[in-house]
Amino acid sequence: MAEFLASIQGSGQELLGVAWIPLWTVIKIAVLLAPLMFCVTYLTWAERRIIGAMQVRPGPNRVGIFGLLQPLADAVKLFVKETLIPTGADVPVFLLAPLITLGAALVAWAVVPFSAELILADVNIGILYVLAISSLGVYGVLVSGWASNSRYAFLGSMRSAAQMVSYEVALGFTIIPVIMLAGSLSLKDIVAAQSDMWNIIPLLPLFVIYFISGVAETNRAPFDMVEAEAELVAGFATDYSAMAYGMFFLGEYANMILVSTLGALMFLGGWLPPLAFLGFIPGIVWLIIKIGVLLFFFLWIRATFPRYRYDQLMRLGWKVFLPLSLFWIGVTGVVLHLTGRVPG
Amino acid sequence: MSSVADVVFYLFAAVLLIAATRVISVRNPVHAALFLVLTFFSAAGLFVLLGAEFLAAILVMVYMGAVAVLFLFVVMLLDVDFAALRRGARRHLPLGLVIGATILVEMGALLLAYHPATPTATGEEVANTLTLGRLLYTRYLYPFEIASLVLLLALVGAIVLTLRQRRVRRQCISLQVARTSAEAVTLKKVAPGEGA
Repeated sequence: MAEFLASIQGSGQELLGVAWIPLWTVIKIAVLLAPLMFCVTYLTWAERRIIGAMQVRPGPNRVGIFGLLQPLADAVKLFVKETLIPTGADVPVFLLAPLITLGAALVAWAVVPFSAELILADVNIGILYVLAISSLGVYGVLVSGWASNSRYAFLGSMRSAAQMVSYEVALGFTIIPVIMLAGSLSLKDIVAAQSDMWNIIPLLPLFVIYFISGVAETNRAPFDMVEAEAELVAGFATDYSAMAYGMFFLGEYANMILVSTLGALMFLGGWLPPLAFLGFIPGIVWLIIKIGVLLFFFLWIRATFPRYRYDQLMRLGWKVFLPLSLFWIGVTGVVLHLTGRVPG
Repeated sequence: MSSVADVVFYLFAAVLLIAATRVISVRNPVHAALFLVLTFFSAAGLFVLLGAEFLAAILVMVYMGAVAVLFLFVVMLLDVDFAALRRGARRHLPLGLVIGATILVEMGALLLAYHPATPTATGEEVANTLTLGRLLYTRYLYPFEIASLVLLLALVGAIVLTLRQRRVRRQCISLQVARTSAEAVTLKKVAPGEGA
């Protein structure tokens, strides 16, 4: 595999010279994004089927066998609809907002490793990069609400911005002990450091906090205060239609997969098999299974729990998760020092 | 390889300069805040080109993820009439120019007197995050701690300034959660024609 890639790169360099580097990068990005977009569209299908099954109803089953062509039908519908722009909207900013959301959701994938070799950009601060990029997602929501020039949209975006900023803090603090255990900010090293024991065993409470914060960060039920339909119609997305709405939708699902992937990489050992003798199964299969399990939890939670109240949500973030994760950072540091296992 | 990096550098630098100019020239304050975000982003891009990925990530996280979001919050929520604020701009122009010129001269003097230190380790040999951490916690320990103390002071100050003992009805969530149907619901047998 590696020699094959090197040979492509060599011949490309000869053929095109300098122009080859951007072209090769674009090809690599396409190879990463195409499966991702496929997963995103089929996650919407899986969500509706799974929640349907949980609520004893069929879910989408008309388009294609088992409704498998439903995502395609939805995509066509979104494409051919008219993009409505409300009067009084700030048009450039209004159209920029979904681009920011989707862009931030996709760009973060650049540093995610799928196995020890399969990675688009091997940055040595991988995890910080993901955190930094995902902190940009809030702009899409914030700006869309303001540019729509509508009260529902604005209230929804204000709520969501406060929620995302709050939970980012808790999320960031749950990641620190993982970095402490690995002694590195590179996602590859973090996975490699879990070869003896997955991080979920020493850091189980943090994994729980991470996952709940992840649900809140992606604005998913039961923390989908942003689009609490009973109060805010559809929150920040009220005035969006057609592909502009579709981009928000894609961004949300891409973020769900991203949070699940990071969870699998940081706490569940990434592409490492659960038992050593199962090593003959390729690592990427393990990674996909782990991501799938976490995504199933996302859907399961959505089907199970009623929506949180907004003040309780903020209280949970600041007064429960933040002190707990800070405390666990201290515990991790002390334990690492006492057992003499400080890396680096 | 270097030519690609050069093109990217000039791209980021041009975007940065244009965005920075737009921050002060555009009329709508929300647009100004958004251009500020773009400025930060381009600066982060330049840091990456210098091989300082850690600084770039921190810049994006702190300035774009937190500071600029708060700016946007304030600008969106407050109904400030920026046209009125701008009205006196022409009168203050000479003073502004003097201050600007002073800063320009100072920066120029700094650049002239600046000798770039010979880099001891490049990012290839030692991860620059590690180097940065070592320096911060050894050589620059006191400035680092003092800076964090200053930030803590600002934090406490902000809380003290905004904390007023208002008589607000608060909800005690532990009480709400602890309520059971036994104490919340009473069943009454209502006699017909009398009401509860």
